[in-house]
Amino acid sequence: MAKTLFEKVWASHVVTPETAETPTVLYIDLHLIHEVTSPQAFTVLRERGLPVRRVDRTLATMDHSTPTTPVRKLADIDVVGPSAAAQIRQMQKNCAEFGIPLRDFDSDERGIVHIIGPELGATQPGKTIVCGDSHTSTHGAFGALAFGIGTTEVGHVLATQCLLQRRPKTMAVEVSGALPEGVTAKDLILAIIGRTGVDGGTGHVIEYRGDAVRALDMAGRMTVCNMSIEAGARAGMIAPDDTTFEYLAGRKLAPQGAAFDAAVTGWRELATDSGAAFDTTVHIDAGALSPMVTFGTNPGMVVGINAPLPEAPSDGSWDRALEYMQLEAGKPIAGTPVDVVFVGSCTNARLPDLEATARVLEGRRVAQGVRMLVVPGSQAVKAEAEARGLHRIFEAAGAEWRESGCSMCLGMNGDTVAAGKLAVSTSNRNFEGRQGVGARTVLASPATAAASAVAGRIADARQLAH
Amino acid sequence: MRGNLPTEGTDMEPITVFSSQTVLLPRADVDTDQIIPARFLTTTSREGLGDALFADWRYDGDGASNAKFILNQPESKGAQVLVAGRNFGCGSSREHAPWALADYGFRAVISTEIADIFRSNSLKNGLLPIVVSAAFHEQLLAEPCVVEVSLETRTVRLVDGPHADASETFEIDDFSRYCLMRGTDQLGFLLDRVDAISAFEAQRDDTAPA
Repeated sequence: MAKTLFEKVWASHVVTPETAETPTVLYIDLHLIHEVTSPQAFTVLRERGLPVRRVDRTLATMDHSTPTTPVRKLADIDVVGPSAAAQIRQMQKNCAEFGIPLRDFDSDERGIVHIIGPELGATQPGKTIVCGDSHTSTHGAFGALAFGIGTTEVGHVLATQCLLQRRPKTMAVEVSGALPEGVTAKDLILAIIGRTGVDGGTGHVIEYRGDAVRALDMAGRMTVCNMSIEAGARAGMIAPDDTTFEYLAGRKLAPQGAAFDAAVTGWRELATDSGAAFDTTVHIDAGALSPMVTFGTNPGMVVGINAPLPEAPSDGSWDRALEYMQLEAGKPIAGTPVDVVFVGSCTNARLPDLEATARVLEGRRVAQGVRMLVVPGSQAVKAEAEARGLHRIFEAAGAEWRESGCSMCLGMNGDTVAAGKLAVSTSNRNFEGRQGVGARTVLASPATAAASAVAGRIADARQLAH
Repeated sequence: MRGNLPTEGTDMEPITVFSSQTVLLPRADVDTDQIIPARFLTTTSREGLGDALFADWRYDGDGASNAKFILNQPESKGAQVLVAGRNFGCGSSREHAPWALADYGFRAVISTEIADIFRSNSLKNGLLPIVVSAAFHEQLLAEPCVVEVSLETRTVRLVDGPHADASETFEIDDFSRYCLMRGTDQLGFLLDRVDAISAFEAQRDDTAPA
C-alpha cells in the first residue's frame, strides 16, 4: 500500500502497536534537551532512582535563558538574573550527574537546540526526534518525524527512550510554482499559516510538498517546518532529497564514507509514495505570494507587506488584537514606525538568514532611534558569519552583534522589548507579551526586518532606495 | 486491562466525578505564553506556579490585582472548571501551563478545541481537557454556573443556570482516562515494557551519536 513519508517513519519506530486500550510505544532516536524544560524531569529520575537510558541519544545544550553577552567566567552568567542563572547551573549539574555530554559555554558547538542538531548532523532523515520545545518541528525539514513534548514526556524519554503516542492525522501542504524574487521561506510559511489559521493543523502532521518546497535550501526548509506548530501541527516534514544529503555530507555526527552512501540509499526510500493519501490537503500558489508580515497577536493574522490590513470580522474577534497592536483594519501596515528589530531565533538565525540581513544592511545605517539586535543561532553560525565579515556589516550599520541563544524571541534572558514598543522580529510568535510585557511584535523575514531597521518603519526590502 | 497498565501512584488527585462552579474565558486562541509568561519559566520546580497563572492579565503593571480580570472576581473563587474559547493552549509546549492551572486549583478545561501539546501535557497532570460541540459550548458560555464533570461516564452536565440539565459526552482515550481516574502516571507503563524496548533496540542499527 502506498505510504506517506510520515507513515513510513512512524511505522519503523513502533515498539508495540496501539490497541483500543493503550497507545503506541514509539521509539525515539534523538532526544534534545535544554535548561528550561528538563529540570523537573531530572527530579523525577532522581526520585525514582532511574538512570538515563541512552545518553548517546541525548543531545544537551543551553539556549533559552542564556546570556547573549560573552560568558568568559562563571559569574558572567549572572547577567540573566538569579533564577535564570540558577537554572543554567542546575542544567550543568544534571548533565554531570547523569553522564550526559553538555554543549556548555566553553563549547563551540553550543547554540539554539534546533540549530545545532542539524548543524552537527545529528538530525537525519527517517529519525524520530523530540525535545521539550514546540519548535522541534524544525528537524522535519530533513524528513525526520520531530515534535515538541512536555516535561513529563522528557522524563519518559530520558528513562525509556520511548513515548506513548496516538497516531496523528496527515495534512499535505502542496506549494506549486516558484517564489517570486525577494519572497522567502519565511514569507511562504507565514502565508501558509494565514491560510490554515493557527489551529488548521491541530491533530495533524504536515508534509510540505511541491516545486516551491523542493527549490528551498535546507535553511529555508527548516524555517518552514519550524513554524508548523504555529499552524497547530506538532510536526512538519519535507521528503529528503539531494539538497538534504549534500547538507548532511561530512557533518560530524552524520554517517561517514561508505556508511553515508548506504544511509542515503535508505533515505531515498522515505519520500511519500505516489498515490498515498493524506487526510487533508491545502494548495498554495507560490507565484502569487509577496513578503508577508503579521499584524495581530497570533501568527495566523498575516498580510502582504504592501496590502492594507484586512477588514475586521464583524464578531469583534480582532478588536483586542488590533487595539494591542495599535493598528487599524483597512489601513496599510507598511510605514508603521518601528522601535526594535530582532534578527534571530530557531526560525531565522542560520547563516543564510544572516547573509540576507547583511545584504540589506551593507552600506546602510539602522535608522536613528531604532535598536537592532542580531543574534546568531549557534556559536558555529557566529564563527562562520564572522569569518565572512558579516558582523562588521552589522556593526557598521549600528546593529548589536551577540552570542547565540533564543534571546529576544521570548525574552527569558533579559533581552526584551519594552512595553508599547513595536518590534519587527524574524522569530515565530507575536503573542501578547511574548517579547516583553506589553511589547508589540510584527513577524517578518530577515530581509523585511533589515529593511524596516533601515527605514525606521515597516518596509519592503525590494523597494529600499539604493 | 489490569496487569498491562500502570499501577505506580503519584501525588495527582484522581478524577472520577466532581462538581464545580465554572470560570468563563471565551477568548479564542489563548496561548501558553498568556497562561504563564516565559519569565516565570526559569524555575527548576513544578510547585507554586499558580501565582503566575495568567500573570499579565491578572495583575497590573505594578503587581496589583486587576479587578476586571475574571479570575479576580468573587464568583470565580474556588472554581475548578475553566470554560475557554476555541484553540485553548496553543503555542509553546511548556508544561508549566497545565502545572499553573492545576496548582491554581483547576481540574478541567472545556473548549471546542484544545491544542495538541497542551492537551497531552494536561492529561499527565490531573487536568482534564474536554472538547465539546459548539452548541454545548455556547450553553456553557451563557453564564457562569455549576457543572458536574464525570470521567466515569465521560459527561459534562450543567447543574444550574439557564441551561440546567443540558449535558454532553466527551471523548478521551481509555488509557488517559484510566490513569486520571487512578491518579497514576504513565511512566510505570513504559518501564514495564523495557524488554520490548531492548528487543527493538537490538534489531536496529544502533549507532546514534549525539
